[in-house]
Amino acid sequence: MLFTVLTGLITSSLLVPFGKIIKTKWSILLPFIPVILFLFYLWHVPVIANGTNVIQHLAWVPSLGVNFDFRLDGLSLLFALLITGIGTAIFFYGRSYLKGHVYFDRFFAYLLLFMSAMLGVVLANNILTLFVFWELTSISSFFLIGFNNDSKESRNSALTALSITGLGGFFLLAGLVLAGNIADTFIISELFAQHDKIVNHPLYPLIVGLVFIGAFTKSAQFPFHFWLPGAMKAPTPVSAYLHSATMVKAGIYLLARLTPALGSTELWNTTLMIVGGFTMVYAAIHSLFRTDLKGVLAYSTISALGILTFLLGIGSNEAIIAASVFILVHALYKATLFMVTGIIDHETHTRDLTKLSGLRKVLMPVFIAALLAALSSAGLPYTFGFIGKDLIYEATLHYQENWALWLTALAVITNIGLVAAGFMAGIKPFTGRLPSEFEQVHLPYKSMWIPPLILATLGLVFGIFPGIVGDYFNHQTANAIAGQETGMHLKIWHGFNTVLILSLATLAAGTVVYLLNKPSRAKLAAIERFNKISPQHIISNIANGITRFSSVYTNAIHDGYLRSYHLKIILFAELLLAYKLWLGGPIQIDFENLTPLSWYEVGIVAILIGALYIIVTTKSRLTSVVSTSVIGYCICLLFVFYSAPDLAMTQFTIDTLTTVLFVLVLYKLPPFINFVRQGILIRDAIVALGFGVIISLIALRVLYEPNTTAISDFYGENAYLLAKGKNVVNVILVDFRGMDTMFETVVLSIAALGVYSLIKLRLKSSEKE
Amino acid sequence: MKSAILQTATRYLLPILLLFSFFLLLRGHYYPGGGFVGGLVASIAFVLHSFANGTENTMKILRYKPLSLIPIGLAISAVSVTFPLLLGFPPMTGLWFEEPIPVIGMIGSALFFDLGVYLVVIGVVLTILFTIALND
Repeated sequence: MLFTVLTGLITSSLLVPFGKIIKTKWSILLPFIPVILFLFYLWHVPVIANGTNVIQHLAWVPSLGVNFDFRLDGLSLLFALLITGIGTAIFFYGRSYLKGHVYFDRFFAYLLLFMSAMLGVVLANNILTLFVFWELTSISSFFLIGFNNDSKESRNSALTALSITGLGGFFLLAGLVLAGNIADTFIISELFAQHDKIVNHPLYPLIVGLVFIGAFTKSAQFPFHFWLPGAMKAPTPVSAYLHSATMVKAGIYLLARLTPALGSTELWNTTLMIVGGFTMVYAAIHSLFRTDLKGVLAYSTISALGILTFLLGIGSNEAIIAASVFILVHALYKATLFMVTGIIDHETHTRDLTKLSGLRKVLMPVFIAALLAALSSAGLPYTFGFIGKDLIYEATLHYQENWALWLTALAVITNIGLVAAGFMAGIKPFTGRLPSEFEQVHLPYKSMWIPPLILATLGLVFGIFPGIVGDYFNHQTANAIAGQETGMHLKIWHGFNTVLILSLATLAAGTVVYLLNKPSRAKLAAIERFNKISPQHIISNIANGITRFSSVYTNAIHDGYLRSYHLKIILFAELLLAYKLWLGGPIQIDFENLTPLSWYEVGIVAILIGALYIIVTTKSRLTSVVSTSVIGYCICLLFVFYSAPDLAMTQFTIDTLTTVLFVLVLYKLPPFINFVRQGILIRDAIVALGFGVIISLIALRVLYEPNTTAISDFYGENAYLLAKGKNVVNVILVDFRGMDTMFETVVLSIAALGVYSLIKLRLKSSEKE
Repeated sequence: MKSAILQTATRYLLPILLLFSFFLLLRGHYYPGGGFVGGLVASIAFVLHSFANGTENTMKILRYKPLSLIPIGLAISAVSVTFPLLLGFPPMTGLWFEEPIPVIGMIGSALFFDLGVYLVVIGVVLTILFTIALND
């Protein structure tokens, strides 16, 4: 399974050097990556259908508990198939959609990165691995949403999406690590066994809260839903992929995945039902007011995600079955509708519902795909959507007696809205009279209209033969979420009962709403008047407030003078250290135990003081720099006396290079003028003396502390045994703490790049505009 | 700064210092030394050369921009960190050749890691110093 995750990552990075080639006819190779991965997972279907789980373990950073643990069960398989299957459709579609685009190669690099990250999320069986991939989906989707980077709106939407989902990611990490610490394992499948221990822990409400924030931000639940409509600025293939089937469902996946570990409590279920229930109704109603095709789809997606959250909240076996079926139902029809929207946009250059009509005359096959998808979304009998809707009503009707009616009413209202929204997106643009400006519209490439047609047809096939899905793997999805046998058997005909009546009534009511609700700008304007109290408005106000505060704060602290920064840093350090010293109580110095002074130490200190005197009194910069390096060399000598040759060598070379650097810079500076006043001199002297005194006191204090040598003993004993080195300092640098060194070299490199670009790439005054 | 003595001296000092820096790098695992200090000594060798002969001439000897040493060094370090993964060990596992190599001694992944550090340090120091020196 690791290879399926790595394939995308490796190909993605290969597109950097080979981008030019992939822009030519060789781009046909790209869709075969998801095809191969899809076949790989299809091949696993029989294995998973038997109820076995495939597990893979590869050590990554075992000392921190971070490992490549992968696990394929019914839930992961459903998502893996969606990611690679819909991915295949999107890759074929996107290849034609973006044909000839300047950043064609970049687009697919991001898309591959996203696909791998998403696979990583659904396959990960380790909390920390899951988090790494989770963040990777946020980052890659940032690039995809902001793909049209010359548009300001696009960039802003990308930033909003990243801030919301990225922030959620942090909360998620905190929640997961807490849960992991309580259960004493970071392996997700092992968390399930610890369910009771976690649920009864006093920190359980906190864990649930943190995990929910992570899941709700990702899956666009109220009040974090607003990044999703904004993300519609992305090219349509991206919306079809990320915002219908994959990324936004990551939150749902997470909730489903963790249900056996954290779920089945009142807190868990009630919160999910309230948030999901509110989101689904709110977004379903909102979708009716949109005039932008993608706006309609965005809100109906939020509503569908609400339904899934709501179902997971109900938590009964029936609700979980409904959720696992609805994930697939929704992915199939929503991806189709998005792709259809993309075709319409691509061919007519508008997505405005008030302008589009009659397109069936010019885009017949596209209309068939859209119609099938719209009907599935409406839940017409013999479509897959019908089965999904039935299961939802069954779940709500069989809830506790006194609440069943209310829940069912909520579900019905939501579904009426979704029926109408589906018709608006899938039927409205194609019916009516064809305006003259669209008469020249023609069918796009086959690779653009065949993928949505296939997905829509699948919706019909699964609707007529639901057993294909239900008996082969989807029952294992439900079992994985519930953590027990759910006994799913999908049938078309359940007999003439309440559920069927509700289903047909929803369909009829939805059709009526669709016929009565004519999308218009006036309605859109009417609903936009409420923007002032929308979560988006409130959160962006908070964000602006923070920005303002930080600029005020920054301006107050940063005056642009190096000397003032030095003063502030040293003063702060002094206060901190002095406070710590004061806490430690009085200092006793045992002069008996100090090593006696030798004449050469006295000599070195005399030179030190002499150099110091020169620095303070000299009028020449060069002299003071040279004197500073004299001090450095003296300290080197002290290191040598106390047998720290590594330190002495490094200090010596660093001092030499620093002096050279100083001289180079001084050479460019204007002549030295003494601005100094008496008052400033005294202030600086006090600060400097204070710092010296505090550091000396600390040094003496350290002597007084009991001698702890556990760490140095460990390194001393193990340097040769574990790392085959005799020089402990170097072994620590390259082996024990090698990662630190690695990152330090990266930091050094960044510093060098910074200097280089600041000086070399300085804009000429003519270019500054 | 034109000084015939210094110019002649650096002609011999540059290779000797570079050799010394490499020596420091190799012995680092057993005696005082290592990639970091080795890299610093090598940089000092080039800086000395640039003092005597002018930075342009030192850049000519280097042929490539010192900036290009940074990615090479980082790549060598990164490979030495991730290479054990391919053999099924966790990253940063110390891998060693069975037999010592003549003159150099035991060779392990730590040496390659240190070599990366060595190159990055030369790249960083020379990039910073030469960019400032050549800036007008």
